[in-house]
Amino acid sequence: MENNDTVTIKPTSGWKALNFRELWRYKDLLYFLTLRSIKAKYAQSVLGVGWAIIQPLVLTLVFTVIFGNLAKIGSDGIPYLLFSFTAMVPWNYFQNILTESTGSLISNREMISKVYFPRLVLPLSAIFSKMIDFGIGFLVLIGLLFYYQVVPDVEFIYIPFFLLLLIITSIGIGLILSAMAVQFRDINYAMSFMVRLIMYSAPVVYPLSLIPDHYKFVYALNPLVAVIEGFRASVIPTAVIPWTIIYPGILVSICLLIMGLFYFRKMEKHFADIA
Amino acid sequence: MGGNVETVGNDNLPSMEEVVISVKEVSKRYRIGVADERKDTLAGQIGQLLLSPFKNFKRLIQLKNFKDTDASNVSWALKNVNFEVNRGEVLGIIGHNGAGKSTLLKILSRITEPTEGEIQIKGRVSSLLEVGTGFHPELSGRENVYMNGTILGMTKKEIDAKFDEIVEFSGIGKYLDTPVKFYSSGMKVRLAFSVAAHLEPEILIIDEVLAVGDAEFQNKCLGKMNEVANSGRTVLFVSHNIAAVKSLCSRSIVLKGGMKIFDGLTKDGIDNYLDSSAENVGNENVNNGFRLSRLTFRSLTNSEIFYVNDNFVITGNIEGDFPSDNLTLLVLFKTVFGVRALNLSTRLHGVEIKGLDKVLNFKVTGQTLNLMPSVYYLEIKVLRMNGEPIVSFDNAFRLNIEPSSDFLPILLPSYEDRGVLYKRVSFLINQD
Repeated sequence: MENNDTVTIKPTSGWKALNFRELWRYKDLLYFLTLRSIKAKYAQSVLGVGWAIIQPLVLTLVFTVIFGNLAKIGSDGIPYLLFSFTAMVPWNYFQNILTESTGSLISNREMISKVYFPRLVLPLSAIFSKMIDFGIGFLVLIGLLFYYQVVPDVEFIYIPFFLLLLIITSIGIGLILSAMAVQFRDINYAMSFMVRLIMYSAPVVYPLSLIPDHYKFVYALNPLVAVIEGFRASVIPTAVIPWTIIYPGILVSICLLIMGLFYFRKMEKHFADIA
Repeated sequence: MGGNVETVGNDNLPSMEEVVISVKEVSKRYRIGVADERKDTLAGQIGQLLLSPFKNFKRLIQLKNFKDTDASNVSWALKNVNFEVNRGEVLGIIGHNGAGKSTLLKILSRITEPTEGEIQIKGRVSSLLEVGTGFHPELSGRENVYMNGTILGMTKKEIDAKFDEIVEFSGIGKYLDTPVKFYSSGMKVRLAFSVAAHLEPEILIIDEVLAVGDAEFQNKCLGKMNEVANSGRTVLFVSHNIAAVKSLCSRSIVLKGGMKIFDGLTKDGIDNYLDSSAENVGNENVNNGFRLSRLTFRSLTNSEIFYVNDNFVITGNIEGDFPSDNLTLLVLFKTVFGVRALNLSTRLHGVEIKGLDKVLNFKVTGQTLNLMPSVYYLEIKVLRMNGEPIVSFDNAFRLNIEPSSDFLPILLPSYEDRGVLYKRVSFLINQD
């Protein structure tokens, strides 16, 4: 515990690098924040974690009826329910991280104005606390695979990779939005609306094959396309991972993360004053 | 009462004069909101509404960007503050509301950045600007101990090691696994303070944490603070409670209007603070649905200054929904150290207050108070017959009793040595 480091406090300007050592020192805080949001979320509810199953499942059923049965949108030869649920699982995780991390600074402003800690742990805890919902959704997905007697092929091993890509994308955007939301509350109000819009920008309810070829490159710049399509192709044996669509997404996603980290660090010093 | 007033000798002189905190020319600027001008006409207001997004954007951007030109709507919470703290020293920071105390602590604990200047801190810092930060009502006491502890910078391992001690100190024992939302507010505060009290940083920054809980718990806290202060750790302590500052800190700085106006022995600092204060405690006071207004304290001769021998008159007016049973009105005089020096009670005088209709007007007159020239605060209370308080206005009035012309000493002793009662006696001194 002996720590004779001298800390200098003075006005900073410009961009700051990430302080990994400090972040590591606060890993226990990250753990308990995660625990707090998991426990607090399902406290005093009858279904508890069951909500993590019901929400995406019901939404998928609605999509299946509307897009699959009524609008007859193609699903590349697999049952529409399975088709859209494989996208719904990562999509739901994305949406959860984004919503949770964006609101994390404002809902914890008491803490921010009273105690110093690396502010980054607040949005980061969203990744872990929402992992539960993802895990449950994933189990349901496995169940559906059994039900439809679909056996994934070897591309299944890419799932952790696309999960990582998903986390990178959502936290990158989440960091930018959370830092902005402290100053502009509009971000919070626009959130649920924006999330719905973003969903239609990625192949959640429709297949990638619907996009005309000459637009595909622009379309692929959306990192969510890479995440959703990659995830789906990893699970569904008949689909092959379309790497040409995925590389641009990876690049954009990493850029978003770096931008997010730097922007967050730059804005961090104002949080206590204006939150 | 008054259990926390004795001076505790702070003989924890640092073994070596090592500067652990050095504050150089620190200033902090805040933006104060500027009221928008309003249009009176409907058309004007609609026009304003349409333009408001642009204006809002400009206003929100300005929250963090300052230009030196717009001096009208920025204010300096701190201006060129300098001081140093040695290892093992317990430094008090005294000042009125808005003097910059909290801002200084926030900068020292890295919650906010200074606008100018530089601070060097050697060693691990923990700051307690509020107890119970991060407490979540749905979590159990146990979980909240870990939550709160890690927010304050402890690791899980450190909390594990101290867990039993923390629970013991808080005295919540069997409720440990009950969600905190079922706790009484007193239990919450006790648990939160216990976590805070078991931090072991090299430098501890404390703000007003003693202003919580009942008197008994406050004394317990003060005892714990004393322990921390005497264990050779460096402590910065901010409080309105002068008695607490006095008992904990040997050295103090006094802030006024964002500037340091004093740095030295706490005893002198308190004098400086009390002498410099022009703060008049509110003329109007709302508490618990009751409103205290038109409170006056003056001498019967109606002069501006109240001298020690003057006859006094106190008048005031409390409005609210009083219960219909018998009530007691209490006027208490408190010293600057929080000791209740004088109690004027309707009950002790056999005066009945009964069947009030929303308004309680009172007028108390009497001859000399026999209180030593000093600063006192009036506390006005209304109680039920069984002593249960209905409403209480702390520090409702600040009064200054001045030495009268026949009172020879021009130089009064320091507030600490002044005593409370005033008595004229004859001295007989044998001189060889």
